[in-house]
Amino acid sequence: MLTHLPILQVILPLVAAPSCMILQRSRLSWLFTVLVSLAAFVVSALLLQQVMAEGVIRYSLGGWDAPWGIEYRIDALNAWVLFIVTAVSTAVIAAARTSIEAELGASRQTVFYTLYLLCFAGLLGIVATGDVFNVFVFLEISSLSTYALIAMGRDRRALWSAFQYLVLGTIGATFILIGIGFLYMMTGTLNMLDLAERLPAVESSTAVLAAFAFILVGICLKLALFPLHLWLPNAYSNAPSIVTAFLAATATKVALYLLVRFTVTVFGIDFSLSALPLQSLFILLGLAGVFVGSAVAIYQSNIKRMLAYSSVAQIGYMIIGIGISTVVGLQATLLHLFNHALMKAALFLALAGVAYRIGGCSLEQIRGLGRSMPWTMGAIAIGGASLVGMPLTAGFISKWYLIAASIDSGFWPLALLIVAGSLLSAVYVWRLVEAGYLREPQSGQLAAEPGEAPLGLLIPTWILVLANLYFGVETSLPVSVTEMAATYLLGGAP
Amino acid sequence: MELILDIALLSLLLVTAVYIAWTRDLFAAVILAGIYGLLSASFFMSMGAVDVAFTEAAVGAGISPLLMLSTLAICGRAQRANPQRALLALLTVGVVGALLITATLEMPAFGSPDAPAHLHVAPRYIADSMREIGIPNVVTSVLASYRAFDTLGEVVVIFTAGLGVLSLLGLRGDVREEPIHSPMAEPSHLVLRVVGKVLIPPILLFALYVQFHGEYGPGGGFQAGVIFAVGFILYSLVFGLEAVEKIVNRALVQALAAVGVLIYGTVGLLGIVSGRNYLDYSGLAGDSVAGQHLGIIAIELGVGITVASVMMIVFFVFSAQLARGRAVPHAS
Amino acid sequence: MLLSALYNYWVVILLMMTGLYMVIAQGNLIKKVIGLNIFQTSVFIFYISVGKVAGGSAPILSQLTTVYSNPLPHVLILTAIVVGIATTALALALILRIRQAYGSVEEQDILAGDGQC
Repeated sequence: MLTHLPILQVILPLVAAPSCMILQRSRLSWLFTVLVSLAAFVVSALLLQQVMAEGVIRYSLGGWDAPWGIEYRIDALNAWVLFIVTAVSTAVIAAARTSIEAELGASRQTVFYTLYLLCFAGLLGIVATGDVFNVFVFLEISSLSTYALIAMGRDRRALWSAFQYLVLGTIGATFILIGIGFLYMMTGTLNMLDLAERLPAVESSTAVLAAFAFILVGICLKLALFPLHLWLPNAYSNAPSIVTAFLAATATKVALYLLVRFTVTVFGIDFSLSALPLQSLFILLGLAGVFVGSAVAIYQSNIKRMLAYSSVAQIGYMIIGIGISTVVGLQATLLHLFNHALMKAALFLALAGVAYRIGGCSLEQIRGLGRSMPWTMGAIAIGGASLVGMPLTAGFISKWYLIAASIDSGFWPLALLIVAGSLLSAVYVWRLVEAGYLREPQSGQLAAEPGEAPLGLLIPTWILVLANLYFGVETSLPVSVTEMAATYLLGGAP
Repeated sequence: MELILDIALLSLLLVTAVYIAWTRDLFAAVILAGIYGLLSASFFMSMGAVDVAFTEAAVGAGISPLLMLSTLAICGRAQRANPQRALLALLTVGVVGALLITATLEMPAFGSPDAPAHLHVAPRYIADSMREIGIPNVVTSVLASYRAFDTLGEVVVIFTAGLGVLSLLGLRGDVREEPIHSPMAEPSHLVLRVVGKVLIPPILLFALYVQFHGEYGPGGGFQAGVIFAVGFILYSLVFGLEAVEKIVNRALVQALAAVGVLIYGTVGLLGIVSGRNYLDYSGLAGDSVAGQHLGIIAIELGVGITVASVMMIVFFVFSAQLARGRAVPHAS
Repeated sequence: MLLSALYNYWVVILLMMTGLYMVIAQGNLIKKVIGLNIFQTSVFIFYISVGKVAGGSAPILSQLTTVYSNPLPHVLILTAIVVGIATTALALALILRIRQAYGSVEEQDILAGDGQC
């Protein structure tokens, strides 16, 4: 059975989705979804262990060898991303029940869990596959389910956000499709490894360059890289709370994975850096994302929206890491992938608790929350500290690596700018802490003092919060995996 | 001759596309979009892509305009004049177009048999699929066996869309309100009734033929599913939705949409049970070619069931909206 | 030589750009979806053109022919067509809900309705 782990990783949630549809009863479908997610997490842990011990795992689907068939190819990079996605998904979906019952009607819950499983399976499929067209197919599974999930939000704006995202997402996916078509035309193959071998022979042609550009733009639309980020704040702030927590922690991570996979594995880092001025482009766009995202976040009164803009900024940090394009830089990106998933999932889950009790999450509404919902507010405060990158939190580790990488490769002004960006994030996190602990609650609210968030929601939130603290101190797992992945990807070269 | 046909079709496509962009009558735009679908199907035919032509005709000139017309019937056919972001659009289109044109300059010539695309992976499918899989339609061999996992993904995409449409339009106030009357042919015409009754059995029969003939000629689960659904859609257009709901139970159709995906997924798992990889059908029967054959029939059945069910769900949900929209004029 | 070798791709690029223009410039949501359809269908035409082999027939094996079109792009586009109709169906369902919630399917009205013009 162990040899089939790569496909089980994806096929488990994929086949579970239609089964969930048949279950009908909403409690049951929730429990089923949690179990499936947990099983996927166990599979990913086993895979990660196997890859760390024995190296790359290949699996030919249908028994047809690549490049004629589709193959799954798991190395340290995608094992790591699979691990992140399944871990966060398990925590988020375990917390989902009460929040979903409150935010969705009774009749839509089974459909919600089915769509959730489809989205989950789609994301895992993108990460696991070694075939570029298969990436497109699973990208569409995850995208279509995401649009439907976002549209389930309570406000009518959710519908408009979903439509905006659908249009941009489809343009992005079609761009990727055009790029794949060009690659196929020039090489005759769709397998990533085979492409990597055959591309150098034709890499000077304009068609390959155009393929690179189209795939890059398509992925960056999905990734919400500044300035292509405009769909993200609307989508995140209007989706149901649980959906926001899930998407913020996983979907952008998977898009970032695709960016690394295409620039480093398929096209090769040497081509990627020489074909376009990618190094300066990534660093500049990353910095712009950090500063614009953080600055706009400061002025938001809706906290979900504030954190959505903060995500734009955090994506900026990850792009900078790729831009530096040394082993340590890439490692910083991969570390931040993990840490950012932990902090954003914790923060958005805590907000789900706030929305559950208070019915909204604006700065006004969380006033005085430190007293009435101390555990939830505590989670927001610690998650926020991790977001800023305070020592002893996970956020500190990845910032540290990023700064180290920029100094190592001589970009020391970049290191200063990264610190300055963190100060900006401290400003908006401080606004949260101030509202929660230092302000008096609104007079109208005193009548019905809200209680603490339901335990089912609070426990997964705090597991994530504790993970933020744990991985701020004990870093051997993420550091060793990301070091292996980064070294493997860049072939030991600087 | 081939060249003239090619140029003629491409020019027609271009004229249609430009007119669609230009016109402000949405009804005309939708009808022309259907024609665009039909023209591209003809183009695919002239390129020797018979399966793709078949599918595009069913989707681009069939299902897609049908759904758009239902939407128009609710939202109105007039479009406001002012394009808002013409400059941004022109700029984007200009840059993207220029990039694409530059890319073509170093591409292999159109139709050239020495293009890399025809030399690397594809020749194996043409040379060996008969021996390895044993069916003449190479497209079916590739989509149902060599790249069967993509096709599983495709079925899941369709399932996802059906579920998404259901979550948006189909699940609110699930209590059946007043009976829903057929929106399109209200006092059903006698001629329509007779012709409809006569046409429906052959359509369903044809669907079954396409389903099980996909290995030998163009066709397969997807096309069969669409045609099968069209049979029921035609019935509902002529006799009204409530007449269809007497025959097909809504919950059953929803369950069937899931069952199709499950059939496909389970056939894949049988590969693992038989000691091979996922979606490897070789171990399903005595010798590997027979196993492949069996596996392909089974998964195509799964595809057909899901596609037919989802198409029916989507169409019925849309026409129920239309009927409701007619009954209560929108209050805003 | 260049023209006869590449005109096919150039027309396809024009088609793609017409579709993309509609998606970005048109304020009417239904028109946007039609534009998206044309954009995608044009990409399909491109793929199928790539699969063309001069003098080749449909890739259904028979004793009579030896030259066939490349079947792989056909398979990919079959999948892509299905993805396209799935997206269209979902987009139109969203439009119907938007119409119910905002009373309009024009982008300007929707933005004005949410007070973010």
